[in-house]
Amino acid sequence: MSIEKIIFYVFAVSLIGAASGVVLVKNPVKAALCLVGAFFSAAGLWLMLEAQFLAITLVLVYVGAVMVLFLFIVMMLDIELKQLTEKFWQYFPAGFLIAALLILGFYIGLNTDKFAAILLGRSPLEAVQYSDVKLIGILLYSAYLYPFEIAGIILLTAIIAAISLTFRGHRLRKMVEANLQVSVKKQDRVRLIHLHSHQENR
Amino acid sequence: MIVLSDYLMVSGILLSIAVFGIFVNRRNMLILLMCIELLLLAVNTNFIAFSKFLNNMDGQIFVLFILTIAAAESAIGLAILVVMFRQRQTINVEEIDRLKG
Repeated sequence: MSIEKIIFYVFAVSLIGAASGVVLVKNPVKAALCLVGAFFSAAGLWLMLEAQFLAITLVLVYVGAVMVLFLFIVMMLDIELKQLTEKFWQYFPAGFLIAALLILGFYIGLNTDKFAAILLGRSPLEAVQYSDVKLIGILLYSAYLYPFEIAGIILLTAIIAAISLTFRGHRLRKMVEANLQVSVKKQDRVRLIHLHSHQENR
Repeated sequence: MIVLSDYLMVSGILLSIAVFGIFVNRRNMLILLMCIELLLLAVNTNFIAFSKFLNNMDGQIFVLFILTIAAAESAIGLAILVVMFRQRQTINVEEIDRLKG
């Protein structure tokens, strides 16, 4: 067994183990940490496929940003776990059946002679010396410039949507509103009432 | 030597696990979002494997865009989750039935 195969199987087994952890663990914090592990293993697999830029992007963007966001949300919300995991075993058989059928389908499809057997059994082409980042950059800023800009707009939309959804306004804050404070008139605050200095109707 | 079908099988198993997770965790919306991330990860692995074995960089560009969209999706999904938790004090998907006739 070559060293390449050993590394591949280590990453593949840890990826599948971490993914199983995500779906089977009851505690959302542990599930998020398992997902971090799955992303790391997938980044390893991507490195083996010589997609260095995307592997680093996966670690930086997903593990560094998205999973931290998940952990923030998990810890911010006070979730009742018991109620959420009640019906786990009720849906287990259906889910297991569908997953097993899917895996069986993939296995049969990948081991048949009819479906692109030449491609599936092919080892990668002999690598020419090239820079992955450079190639992606050239493609991204020439042929894919327009989709790249659209992706930027979509990210902007996501920022605006997330902020406007969760922003609650000033109503719960004890902040001083300067414009209301300076525009107040004497009539709004001071009320003159007439008090008698002696008691009547004795 | 590791051939293309090995990578495809790994991502196929990953996708099946994610589908299974969507079935068994269908009450907890947080785990549902995480399972969607796993689905996208499986698809991305497929894209990169094909990109490598066909010697074509377009697959990697596609993965970059999928990563962008997935990040935006999870940010908005979590924002919706927070708003929902403020309204209903639960993230149970089965209790979100206010629009049900």
